[in-house]
Amino acid sequence: MSQEKIDFLERSKTFWNPGKTQDWQDMGIDLVIDHREKYYLHDMDGRRLIDVHLNGGTYNLGHRHPELVEVLKAGTSRFDMGNHHFPALARTALAEALAESAPGPELRYTAYGSGGGEAVDIALKTARHATQRRKIVSIIKAYHGHTGLAVKTGDDRFSKLFLSEDTVGEFVQVPFNDLNTMEDALKRRDVAAVIMETIPATYGFPMPEEGYLPSVKQLCERYDTLYIADEVQTGLMRTGELWGCTKYKVQPDIMVTGKGISGGMYPIACVLISEKCSGWLKEDGFGHMSTMGGAELGCVVAMKTLEIVQRPEVRSVVHFISDYIRSGLDEIMEEYSDFFIGIRQHGLIMGLEFSHEQGAKPVMKYLYENGVWAIFSALDPSVLQFKPGLLMTQSECEELLGRVQIGIEQAREEVLGVRNRRSIH
Amino acid sequence: MEPQIRTLVDISESQASLSGRADIVLERARWASYIFQRFDKKRTMKIVDAVANVAHSHAGEWAEQVVVETGFGVVSHKKLKNEFTAKPLVDYYREQDLVSMRVKEEKKIVEIPRPAGVIFALIPSTNPISTLNFKIILALITRNSIVISPHPAAKKSCIDAVRILTEAAISSGAPEGAIQVLETPSIPLIEEFMSSPKTNVILATGGTAMVRAAYSSSNPAIGVGPGNAPVFVDSSADIALAANQIVTSKSFDNSVLCTSESNLITLTDVDKPLRKSLKNEGAYICNNNEVVQIRNYLFHPNGFNVEALGRDAVWIARECGIRVPKKTLILVTPINSIGIEEPLAREKLCPVLSFYVANSPKQAIAQSRATLRATGAGHSAVIHSQNERMILDFASRVECYRVVVNASCSLGASGFNTNLAPSFTIGTGFYGRSSLGENLGPQHLIHWTQIAYNSDPSVAFGKFNELSLSLDGPLPRSPSDGVPGSPKSRRVDTTSTSTSFSIDNVNREELRKLIAEELKNVLKK
Ligand SMILES: Cc1ncc(COP(=O)(O)O)c(C=O)c1O
Repeated sequence: MSQEKIDFLERSKTFWNPGKTQDWQDMGIDLVIDHREKYYLHDMDGRRLIDVHLNGGTYNLGHRHPELVEVLKAGTSRFDMGNHHFPALARTALAEALAESAPGPELRYTAYGSGGGEAVDIALKTARHATQRRKIVSIIKAYHGHTGLAVKTGDDRFSKLFLSEDTVGEFVQVPFNDLNTMEDALKRRDVAAVIMETIPATYGFPMPEEGYLPSVKQLCERYDTLYIADEVQTGLMRTGELWGCTKYKVQPDIMVTGKGISGGMYPIACVLISEKCSGWLKEDGFGHMSTMGGAELGCVVAMKTLEIVQRPEVRSVVHFISDYIRSGLDEIMEEYSDFFIGIRQHGLIMGLEFSHEQGAKPVMKYLYENGVWAIFSALDPSVLQFKPGLLMTQSECEELLGRVQIGIEQAREEVLGVRNRRSIH
Repeated sequence: MEPQIRTLVDISESQASLSGRADIVLERARWASYIFQRFDKKRTMKIVDAVANVAHSHAGEWAEQVVVETGFGVVSHKKLKNEFTAKPLVDYYREQDLVSMRVKEEKKIVEIPRPAGVIFALIPSTNPISTLNFKIILALITRNSIVISPHPAAKKSCIDAVRILTEAAISSGAPEGAIQVLETPSIPLIEEFMSSPKTNVILATGGTAMVRAAYSSSNPAIGVGPGNAPVFVDSSADIALAANQIVTSKSFDNSVLCTSESNLITLTDVDKPLRKSLKNEGAYICNNNEVVQIRNYLFHPNGFNVEALGRDAVWIARECGIRVPKKTLILVTPINSIGIEEPLAREKLCPVLSFYVANSPKQAIAQSRATLRATGAGHSAVIHSQNERMILDFASRVECYRVVVNASCSLGASGFNTNLAPSFTIGTGFYGRSSLGENLGPQHLIHWTQIAYNSDPSVAFGKFNELSLSLDGPLPRSPSDGVPGSPKSRRVDTTSTSTSFSIDNVNREELRKLIAEELKNVLKK
């Protein structure tokens, strides 16, 4: 590590976040991201990493995608954040673009937050207003952000710390892929909404069983509960379809998108609201206010992002990448099958399963040493989140697989304490 | 009220936008070509035949569409060209295996075909469908991806045709993106495609400016220059037959083929009978005033009048104020010199044929050379003669790479009715500032990796004859876990395994099953 980096990390601990800064050092990740482009991160000491974390899809299109940079620059010659009190050109234009591409025709309105957590809060408030009920059901180990309401839907590690956990029984959590418990939670007809990540990301992408999501939607309909789809990580073509819920044939009442919609260039998050949930927008349109929510420059970038991900070429490239990476990973899995034991996959959303309960941590470390940046699942560290970009080239994918093979081999050696017999295939 | 997509900040003209648009199309093509290169001969030819069949059955319909859209050409002739570049083209190359490896036992060399990758193909307005048929089929035969850039004047017809050919290719197993078409071709966008490092080779057929741009792009290019074929009828020729061939050829599709005769050169003793025979065949021989009118009409100070491109003889005569019989097929304009001062000696993509009488065969050959100095270097020439010595002298002196004998040049030079390779891209070679001197064929779109052994006779050559390349075909579809009907993720069964070795066996068995299933699906289609 350079002296420069050592000094910098000290400053990071002193002025920014001592705990977080130190934790990464403890895990063997001394990354300080400096320059970035396409699917590459360059550490301040000059090392290059292939990014398959992408901040949960924020960098779906790569870092500093030239068209997004261009539209942002061009946008500044006319727009700034805008004034959130007034009807605004860019906010409305993006709302129309979202309505046009929404998973169902009822999703007409868009309300804006400055980040995913705020958007989730808006979604939950909207559901409470529409149903006049307070209870929210979410999935155990779900992750919807750390704002006031969102944090209560997630793992209590993050709410208890701040004495912000639910104390009055308004936030109920049920296991994923368990319809009986879900029905039990809804039966009393006092639940405003079920909020559901289409594929729970921070939990390591356990995949919904066949029929699970549509059945949850049906249960919601039976008990007059609203279905909120959190598409923050699964949206924007990662599944090979614009919105993940479409693949599972679910039409949500409310949908949240964040991360990738910003193009990684200008913060923005959006809540799509169906007509039947839109009461507060008419009763008191000033009901939720956010100066930076839906900043107009963010809208300009988001419109471009939406346009790019919907190009027909992108769709087929996503299929190519999914198939190619999958067959490469299958070969690696075959080689190290006592350690690398499974792949959860839907398009470019992948979770790599390891036989050790913390197995994804050494894999992360060895991938890092081999020039690949992927992160373990915070809520299930046996699983590595593996999220290749939408626009990766064949040679980038081939290089990625080559590095992953070596990284997994080394992690396996460390975890199982064995050298691999070099098998001949 | 319906939602609208509105652009508030338009960056469509920016460099970032142009290269972004080119890049994603080319990247998709690259992925497709990567998969395509895993296909064997059988899988490849299935796609080629499907595309050729569809092209063939639409030949007439697309000919009509093009004539309506561009306003020129002859439907029945375009139909012939469209057919020619479909099934017969494929049959011509059917036995030539450009997919499998070849073992040259005596040379101790093994050769493995390596497709170019991504072809960027420019399509002219004169022969749009036939050229795109031709380039697409060549690309598919060699397992390359192709991006078609249509001429703006024939854009709609081209886009429609490519869509239909693409569907045929995909439904017979081609990777998605193997064929693509530029829906909004503009000069800056085309330049972006041509200069992108993701383009492996450019096939440029069209105007000189485009061809030169292709060569300046920094990418490998095969561009061909314009034609301007001299046709020499010598004293030994069967004059009636020559006249018949010339008129038929010159009027074929109103002369938009770059291989069509442009300057007729003959000798004093042939002059009169040839004129007579030409008239019999439907030619109108212009008088001096009419020649002036045609010259002024066809050639403006800045070049050829594109209004006349592909129009029929009667139409052009009317525009020039000349009265000609209704069944006139070509207009013949006698000229007194061939060179810079005579524009009528240049390429005329319409049924106007200039006519020059030389005093001797030597002079005739000199004037044929002069014709190609004006334009058309490296392209085509014709001779009507029974004298092999004359044929040889003519062919070895004119600066072009194909000389058709006693046949139509339009169809002869492009291989319709000669044994030249059937082609809509006629290499003009070094004379014509091209990298290609023959008719473009599929062999130009691949290179070969050569495995070479020590030539010393004491060193044995490997046994390659029983081997073939591992061509695994398309990749299995990746799972969409939880989506009904999609391929499922396999997991290692950790409970039933004691040694890692048996895990491998389980995996292989499952893999085999998966592949078998995949194959079944592919074959079902
Ligand atoms: C599924 C999901 N929802 C919501 C959020 C919260 O978004 P933000 O971090 O922008 O507040 C995240 C962030 O990781 C997420 O993964």
